[in-house]
Amino acid sequence: MITVGDLTVRFGGVTPIDGMTVTFPGGTCGLIGPNGAGKTTFFNVLSGFVRPAAGSVTAFDRDLLRMADYRRARWGLRRTFQTEQAIEELSVYENVAMIHEHSKAERSSRRAAVNDAIEFVGLEAGPDARVGTLSARDRRLVEIARAVVGEPRVILLDEPAAGLPDTETRHLAEVIRRIPEQTGALTILVDHDMSLVSECCETTAVLDFGKLIAFGPTDQVLRDETVIAAYLGTEEES
Amino acid sequence: MRVSAAPREAGVQAALSSRRPDNGTLVRIGVIGALLAFVLVALPEMLSVYWIDVLTAAAIYAVVCLGLNLLVGRVGLVSLGQMAILALGAWIAARLDFATGLPFPVVLLATGVLTALLGMLVGLPALRVSGLYLALITLMLAGAITVVLTSTNFPNGGGGFLGHTDSSFGGNGIRRPSIATSDPAYYRYAVLVAAVMFLVALLHVRSTPGRAWAAIRQSEPAALAAGVNVTLYKLWAFALAAFMTGIAGGVLGGSAGNLYTYQFSTQSSITLLAVVLMGGIFSMWGAVVAAILLQLLPALLDNWGAPPDLLTVIFGVGVLQVLVTAPEGLVVQVPRDLTNLGRLLMRLGRAAGARAGASP
Repeated sequence: MITVGDLTVRFGGVTPIDGMTVTFPGGTCGLIGPNGAGKTTFFNVLSGFVRPAAGSVTAFDRDLLRMADYRRARWGLRRTFQTEQAIEELSVYENVAMIHEHSKAERSSRRAAVNDAIEFVGLEAGPDARVGTLSARDRRLVEIARAVVGEPRVILLDEPAAGLPDTETRHLAEVIRRIPEQTGALTILVDHDMSLVSECCETTAVLDFGKLIAFGPTDQVLRDETVIAAYLGTEEES
Repeated sequence: MRVSAAPREAGVQAALSSRRPDNGTLVRIGVIGALLAFVLVALPEMLSVYWIDVLTAAAIYAVVCLGLNLLVGRVGLVSLGQMAILALGAWIAARLDFATGLPFPVVLLATGVLTALLGMLVGLPALRVSGLYLALITLMLAGAITVVLTSTNFPNGGGGFLGHTDSSFGGNGIRRPSIATSDPAYYRYAVLVAAVMFLVALLHVRSTPGRAWAAIRQSEPAALAAGVNVTLYKLWAFALAAFMTGIAGGVLGGSAGNLYTYQFSTQSSITLLAVVLMGGIFSMWGAVVAAILLQLLPALLDNWGAPPDLLTVIFGVGVLQVLVTAPEGLVVQVPRDLTNLGRLLMRLGRAAGARAGASP
């Protein structure tokens, strides 16, 4: 469970997150909103890259904001970025193993855990392939494998399906849906693909201009008039 | 849900094989062993003392290039202060040598550790800045160290902490290890020290630090999110580079017997970066190529009676050529271009043969 209390982030005169209060109960939760709503900023607060002006974030009874950024991974925070960040010059195996190396999981379990994570995401390439040579689909899946390895508690996925064709997004959705069962981690999914969000997430939160405008079961939230208005109001094509 | 069994087994086997040396690795170890044996045993028999001294310097500078190669190629930190670090190492080793009766390897090791500590201080700005700014700061530092060395008259063997003697031949001279007093023996010693340093670097690159450096080089936020303590691993990289550069400085002192300020000019730090880029920063062999360029080329030009300033022009054009046509460096470019040339010649030969066969 992640409890966010009155979280506010300011960059000069801009307030990308404005008094956000929400509780993510567990399982896979969606976080949606038009461009510039503050979704990635919220992830950056959780990662420790952005220091909020006010508010609190409590994850599984730990005050996340007091933890040094790199220690959060050791504690069990994982995240992916909008752009692919799997390390190109390392092999698939090394990419996943290095996350395990910096986690609190037992060293002796590394090989089994890494192979299990690679198998879990269903790569087309083998574990010894260099990530720089992989397809876009496989790189995204390597990022998911990096997220699920080493006893994660919270997994943040920032537009994991960006740039993928529909068929590959379906496979990705299947993998994301199985993350809680595989790891027991709370997963927060940010994406603009509403079918992906409704397929994967039981609950969904909606941000608009840094304010939480809706939260609840995904199907209800997606029918909410305020939510539809927020999307139509700022992004004609949605 | 489980994916089919075949990929899993392939995955496990591949992971197992990545732990045990496969045939390719064994072949590589064999080739390197043979090369090392040739360089250690056969080369000194074939060459004059002049060329043995040149190769000794190449072995020493290969270690200096390796330090910068790791910083730039693996971590993405551009340092222009490596020659100053080399000067510090040479100075520390010389003082330890004059002040104590410690065995040579112990002097080298202590020099490495002390220089590593100083190198971490140099690395401190790297925690805040990178790229051009880091290059500038380290260049300033190199300049400052050069000024200090010039104004204190680089200690060349006199008594006291800043010992200096006015004799143009220097003082007692820096000791060589008792097992390697002759020039060929000292050359072998320098090559072995360099081989050990390359092994240390390889062990780093292939394990946790290497993976952490790869993450940092690609993206610092992503590395932090992966749990990499970016501060620690950057400082570690600087310390490691300084450790090996310091040891190289210790070996350098023994090779010439005396040290002079002009050996460590600020400009030479820039030349060093140029040759390291030319050699290739993504492979450790690039450091070997760089050292050969740095030491063999001047000796060759000297032999041919060409003006020494020509070197700066060659390095300038060379680094431009590499950055434009082959960012991986000469270590990749030369074999690739030679292979292409070979294929072209074979195609031409076949075409000529076919023409000859067709015409009655």
